[in-house]
Amino acid sequence: MASDIDRRASAERSAAGTTHGPLVLVEGLVKHFPIRTGLLGREAGRVHAVDGVSFEIQRGETLALVGESGCGKTTTGRLLLWLLEPTAGRVVFDGQDVSSFDRLGLRAFRRRAQIIFQDPFGSLNPRMTVGSVLREVLQVHGIARRGTAERQISELLDAVGLHADDASKYPHEFSGGQRQRIGIARALAVQPEFVVADEPVSALDVSVQAQVLNLLVDLQRRFSLTYLFITHDLSVVRQIADRVAVMYLGRVVELRDCEALFQGPLHPYTQALLSAVPDPEAGTDRQRIALSGEVASPANPPPGCPFHPRCPHPGKDETCSCVVPPLRALNGGAQAACHKI
Amino acid sequence: MSAPLLRVENLRTYFHTAEGVVRAVDGVSFTLGPGETLGIVGESGCGKTVACLSILRLIDPPGRIEPDSRISLRDRDLTAASEGEMRSVRGNEISMIFQEPMTSLNPVWTIGDQIAEALRTHRSARPAEARRRAAEMLRLVGIPNPEQRLDEYPHQFSGGMRQRAMIAMALACDPSVLIADEPTTALDVTIQAEILDLLARLQEQLGMGLIFVSHDLGIIAQIADRVIVMYAGQVVESGTADELFGRPRHPYSEGLLRATPRVGRRMRRLSVIPGSVASPKRWPPGCRFHPRCPYAWSRCREDVPPLPGEARASRCWLEEEPARRTGGWDELALAEDH
Repeated sequence: MASDIDRRASAERSAAGTTHGPLVLVEGLVKHFPIRTGLLGREAGRVHAVDGVSFEIQRGETLALVGESGCGKTTTGRLLLWLLEPTAGRVVFDGQDVSSFDRLGLRAFRRRAQIIFQDPFGSLNPRMTVGSVLREVLQVHGIARRGTAERQISELLDAVGLHADDASKYPHEFSGGQRQRIGIARALAVQPEFVVADEPVSALDVSVQAQVLNLLVDLQRRFSLTYLFITHDLSVVRQIADRVAVMYLGRVVELRDCEALFQGPLHPYTQALLSAVPDPEAGTDRQRIALSGEVASPANPPPGCPFHPRCPHPGKDETCSCVVPPLRALNGGAQAACHKI
Repeated sequence: MSAPLLRVENLRTYFHTAEGVVRAVDGVSFTLGPGETLGIVGESGCGKTVACLSILRLIDPPGRIEPDSRISLRDRDLTAASEGEMRSVRGNEISMIFQEPMTSLNPVWTIGDQIAEALRTHRSARPAEARRRAAEMLRLVGIPNPEQRLDEYPHQFSGGMRQRAMIAMALACDPSVLIADEPTTALDVTIQAEILDLLARLQEQLGMGLIFVSHDLGIIAQIADRVIVMYAGQVVESGTADELFGRPRHPYSEGLLRATPRVGRRMRRLSVIPGSVASPKRWPPGCRFHPRCPYAWSRCREDVPPLPGEARASRCWLEEEPARRTGGWDELALAEDH
């Protein structure tokens, strides 16, 4: 069904920017947050949330950004959307450096790049009906033409599997999964090309999670979307990603095609992470790689390889604790940051 | 099989609110043997947490454990026990650990004092003795430098260490039953793996019965001997972990397994259970799963299916009319594709 939103989406797609090269490119992205103490707020240290991250996202692909809490995956997502400004490095969107955008340029950028949040409860205003949430987005971005807003809203609701009548309801009248659909509708209202989905199914029950994941895949196909999918859940990643970037303490430690990563993880951290995910099919007889210790604080990252204090690799040596391994290109398009690969 | 340690029979916990009666737990029965791990799996609102809190009688008004519910620890009927008797059961014979260790620890007490409190209350231990035992417990759960860490406060512990401290506290009095309610849900997956290993090891070492509650089928498959699946306040299927994960019989367990993304393989498309989890304010009539079930027929909409037996059972009319098990989730997936 080629509705109005499909037609406009494709018309804008061909009008906007170049159509070759990666849609998103980040180079040497760094974000440090100052730790302030005392009455005068003196800077007592810095949290190294993101510490030199580079990658590309091709048009129409899903890049998954995975890692445990505090690894910097959410901060990276916010930096890409310029919701945070990086301490160093750059974000290039469709060939243009985002830092060069003026106010109008940034507003145009926000129409092309959107975000879906984890918490479908906290990210919707409880006093606004679903219709008014969507209408506001359409108005702010000047998309709603007189008289067509209502039709656009019902098309949006239909696209995410809700009913046109739902526009007059309030968020509390919906279940968690339905609220996440509203969050998706809101992100799609501006017909973006790029969507950062930050843990979009983590708060949902298993039976509902599958519905929302399938919806995201369908919408990607229908609207030619490019996704950065941020999650801690590797079993979800395997179902929807084209490529995967694994983060640890603010750095990407492995970046490659999804299936290749799951079939033969290269970095010792990826190996341990994969082995720790429970799987109802594998039962009790899986070999788990036990890690000792805990993730270091990003306020005080260890010297050398950020993973070296916990690394189970038998060949771990002096170099690992002194020199930061760069993310290197390996055979078959894989990239990994480890001295021992 | 040895005599059960804990027996729960026809447990019903209702909340009598102004808007009506919420039947959060509605006729749940199970047993737990010494050294056994019972997994309780279900989605949010299925009643698994309320069932656990009911065992410890930690239900506040308007909630109430309804008459005819029976919870027995060995030969003692806990539903008839006085509040004083229950205080001597909690944290002593039956302990519980919760999902979020930060909210279950007192931020203004040191970790050592919190572990020692249980020992001083239940065992009348002297301060020095309690402290020695607290350090021993921290060592048992794998916290390095226990003597030093006893004097630290919860905020000085990381998430994984806090959960270890919670476990140490729960085990200080050598309980015969440990109830763990989503103990690893708030933790990172590598830390979760460590905690699961720790619980399995301690259980073997101490021989206690463990009730492990989770929404995560993978975790339950890994840790449980026997499993009950809950939906809408009731047990819908029970069996050993192998039976349940190998040959699920109830359509809900079957659907849940199919909808769970596997880290071990890429699925062409995730199978979906339509609709959303039923609301405890108004359970559907007949079989409570029928509005979401791909097999449902007229009988399911009208008559409530029983749970025949306890060891291996499915609360489903398909048990009586197996010929109706056709199409099901496969057909639903096909229909969704087109």
